[in-house]
Amino acid sequence: MDPTTLKKINPYEWQIPPTGDMRVPATILADEELIRGMDDKVAQQITNVACLPGIVRAAYAMPDAHWGYGFPIGGVAAFDPDAGGVISAGGVGFDISCGVRMLATDLTAAQIRSKQQDFAHELSRSIPAGVGSRGRIHLDDAGMEAMLSGGAVWAVAEGYGTRADLLRTEEQGRMAGATPEVVSPRAKRRQRDEMGTLGSGNHYLEVQEVTDIFDEAAALAYGLSPGQAVVTIHCGSRGLGHQIGTEYLREMALAAPGYGISLPDRELACAPINSELGQRYLGVMRAGINCALANRQILTHLARGVLERFFPGCKAPLLYDVSHNTCKEETHVIDGAEKRLFVHRKGATRSFGPGMGNMPPPLNKVGQPVLIGGSMGTESWVLAGDERSEAAALSSACHGAGRAMSRHQAARTWTGRGVQSELAARGIIVTSPSRRGIAEEAPGAYKDVTRVVETAEKAGLARRVARLAPMICIKG
Amino acid sequence: MADDAPSPGWSHFPHQGDVGVRGTGRDMAEAFENAARAMTEVVAPLNTIRPAQSVTVSCRATDPSILLLDWLNEVIYAMATRAMLFSDFEVRIEGEALVGEMRGEPVEPARHEPSVEPKGATLTELRVEQQPGGLWLAQCIVDV
Repeated sequence: MDPTTLKKINPYEWQIPPTGDMRVPATILADEELIRGMDDKVAQQITNVACLPGIVRAAYAMPDAHWGYGFPIGGVAAFDPDAGGVISAGGVGFDISCGVRMLATDLTAAQIRSKQQDFAHELSRSIPAGVGSRGRIHLDDAGMEAMLSGGAVWAVAEGYGTRADLLRTEEQGRMAGATPEVVSPRAKRRQRDEMGTLGSGNHYLEVQEVTDIFDEAAALAYGLSPGQAVVTIHCGSRGLGHQIGTEYLREMALAAPGYGISLPDRELACAPINSELGQRYLGVMRAGINCALANRQILTHLARGVLERFFPGCKAPLLYDVSHNTCKEETHVIDGAEKRLFVHRKGATRSFGPGMGNMPPPLNKVGQPVLIGGSMGTESWVLAGDERSEAAALSSACHGAGRAMSRHQAARTWTGRGVQSELAARGIIVTSPSRRGIAEEAPGAYKDVTRVVETAEKAGLARRVARLAPMICIKG
Repeated sequence: MADDAPSPGWSHFPHQGDVGVRGTGRDMAEAFENAARAMTEVVAPLNTIRPAQSVTVSCRATDPSILLLDWLNEVIYAMATRAMLFSDFEVRIEGEALVGEMRGEPVEPARHEPSVEPKGATLTELRVEQQPGGLWLAQCIVDV
């Protein structure tokens, strides 16, 4: 994308002013270099989002934005239900509530390294990962309904984790308003064998070392210190979310004209929040959120089991669990008045600043943890929600490095074995059922995550707290 | 057909996060078959998948592009719920109705090394049309 085509508000905020059918500006929160690395399609997609009915304030693109479907990945948009606002299946994505959680262990990185090979091997055996992998939990109809209604609360009640985990999960582990009974039999069937599985693509479980602290107070509140080992899990709602996305993207695309919605592109498939279809999607999407929360909770339990076998008595409390593909009902101040809005974050993380969002102590003093995954060879980050993020982007921040190169190009540029060897030489063990999968996820296929988080900080989205370096990566 | 005329087949086209799948054919059905081959090749090489078991699916849509979306999503659903990969596709389209027979085998991670699972076919870059040279084109972005 050419930055000279945009209106520069400041070095980290650029705007496409409203023209034509745009109801609000499109705002890109990035520096010049990141904008140059963005596909032109990002500008087109975020402009299209700005045309949707009931959108408030602006359509936002985060520093890691890239070309998606419907919304860009790294897109944020809030809609007012009382002003004809819409809900969009494309604005949430297929992997409903895909997200990241981090376990802040009481182990040191040196302890992990002393058993690194064996520990990595055992993790790869214990965490179901990759295409066609099956979980060990197979839910009957009643179990499926309970899981879709209860989320991580259900998982903890089933013995996968502790009540303390729930306080450190968005929505306290259970998304209210889910309608499991409306979720299609096909979506439930697709999930039947996939509980407690990691998936594939860019999903992973990593063991990382805290290498640098940038905000001492926040790090103390989060329980992070240099040299500490953490476990990070990135995955989502698996087959259930994928099937819900498939069904509602189609239905919304066909129904939009009937609601009088003129879409700039059919890929923006949406329905009024206050319509029958909008409400129906909202209920099943919330069930999808619960599925993702339950799935990450089960994976947490599996990871803790391996930790316990290798390091008896060790602790691995949940630092936090964030979702970065959602639509959530939130209250924000727009033009001086409190408004109930439906905020879509697709490839974007909620980033409540200190005192916001009913965070539990001591997180409420420093802001919501914002967990940013890098690529497997580079660093990941823990950020804290910034009080400026409400004004900057409705309390939202980036979610990862963002791809710089297509999978196709990456697979032609690197080999899986080569990437594995190169990372092994740097002390990073990568396991995966697929060598091509490793090549497609090569570190060079991603943007510079450091630049993304530095820009997020400068744009007022979130503050840097800690940098993490990978030691073990279990890829799907 | 002239020697230099484009021939039916499949290809991928670039998308930053996901992948574009494209099939061409002498009729719409063949283009759909090739789009499914393109999608499978995203997961694992077609030549590693033995056409040992047959699965038949059907779908219906008035809009040909939505019919492509439904077809690819039926293939994805069968892959996910049966833990199978398919390499051979035979599509019949009569009016709004599509019947597809696909042949494949259960996923064997060690042999297929499947790299990524398709989540769903999207409306992005979704096109079904007959091109000036006469070949049919069927394409869209698939979320992986």
